[in-house]
Amino acid sequence: MAGETTTETWEETVVRVLKANDVSLVSYVPDNVLARLIRLLEADPFFTVIAPAREEEAVGIVTGAYMGGKRGIALMQTSGFATIVNALASLACPFQIPLLMMISERGTLGEFQQGQAIVCRTMRPVLQSLGIEHFAIQERSQVEFVVDGMVRQAFATQAPAAMILSPLLTKRAA
Amino acid sequence: MSNIEPNVTRETAALLNRTALTRRLVARLKAEEAVVAGIGHTNFDLWASGQRPQNFYMLGSMGLATPIALGVAIAQPQRKVFALDGDGSILMQLGAFGTVAATAPKNLTIVIWDNGAYHITGAQKTLTSTTTDIVAVAKGAGLQQAQWAADEEHFDALVDEALAGDGPRLIVAKIDHGKPAGVTERDPVKIRLNFMNGLGTRA
Repeated sequence: MAGETTTETWEETVVRVLKANDVSLVSYVPDNVLARLIRLLEADPFFTVIAPAREEEAVGIVTGAYMGGKRGIALMQTSGFATIVNALASLACPFQIPLLMMISERGTLGEFQQGQAIVCRTMRPVLQSLGIEHFAIQERSQVEFVVDGMVRQAFATQAPAAMILSPLLTKRAA
Repeated sequence: MSNIEPNVTRETAALLNRTALTRRLVARLKAEEAVVAGIGHTNFDLWASGQRPQNFYMLGSMGLATPIALGVAIAQPQRKVFALDGDGSILMQLGAFGTVAATAPKNLTIVIWDNGAYHITGAQKTLTSTTTDIVAVAKGAGLQQAQWAADEEHFDALVDEALAGDGPRLIVAKIDHGKPAGVTERDPVKIRLNFMNGLGTRA
């Protein structure tokens, strides 16, 4: 894999690492933090990008595509993650689907909406109770290693994986 | 495209039987078409129709048969893919009609068995028993090739059209409260591996 360059944004690194791992289907429900990443993915013909109405649909689409031989990832916000728990517990986990999730973390480190702050606190307990591998990326320098490692591990171990984008990565001034 | 009964409504559609229609559908699949069955009796009747390697049986995740089938259809554009689901299930995920319409996979057909009830939990009424028309909802979401099956022969004809022509399509059958013909063996990993073998994607 090509080395990380200092001129690359975190979004550009994510795009490069997904391509290097042949993750070519993206299904997302948008949020602000993901906006630039989504623009990059939609502009790149390597990716098939589907924007469904709900995050649960994205879980289903990525699951079906995986079984059909195409690797995919679901992008969502913390509040969207809270809506997919049943799909994780009854589809991704028991069927051993390497469901990649990239979750932009809202509700902490400067949140202004009480609902976002409260739902955010449910995310890690849910991931832990389902036994789903997860890691919050906090530093620009962690992006390539974490995304590449979690993608490879998900497919090697037939297990879902949640890559959490901390405000420390996405909101803090460089 | 010939529409034998273009003006069928939920009111004029004949009351059909899910077990019989599932067998009629499966009998017409000659090219290793993929079939994704939602939970409950939909799933049991697909199982009871013969365990084709290209069948996938959901064991939860109510409402996701269509999104899963959409994913398969995107991954394998040369293979025809069918999603089978009940009215109670699709009512949980009506946005999926819009997603399918906007994505416009030529190889995807959705089949909904509409008995107006959550049959497996005691036949409590669903919204389709009162005001909601699945075909109208789908058309409103942009799925223009959406039709009620008038009777068994019309159902066969709609399936044949789906096999021969481009999708996405929706076929809705009004069904009775007959019991399913079997019960799916609930082994998720075995189900997935059989399905991936059937699709030629198991590494």
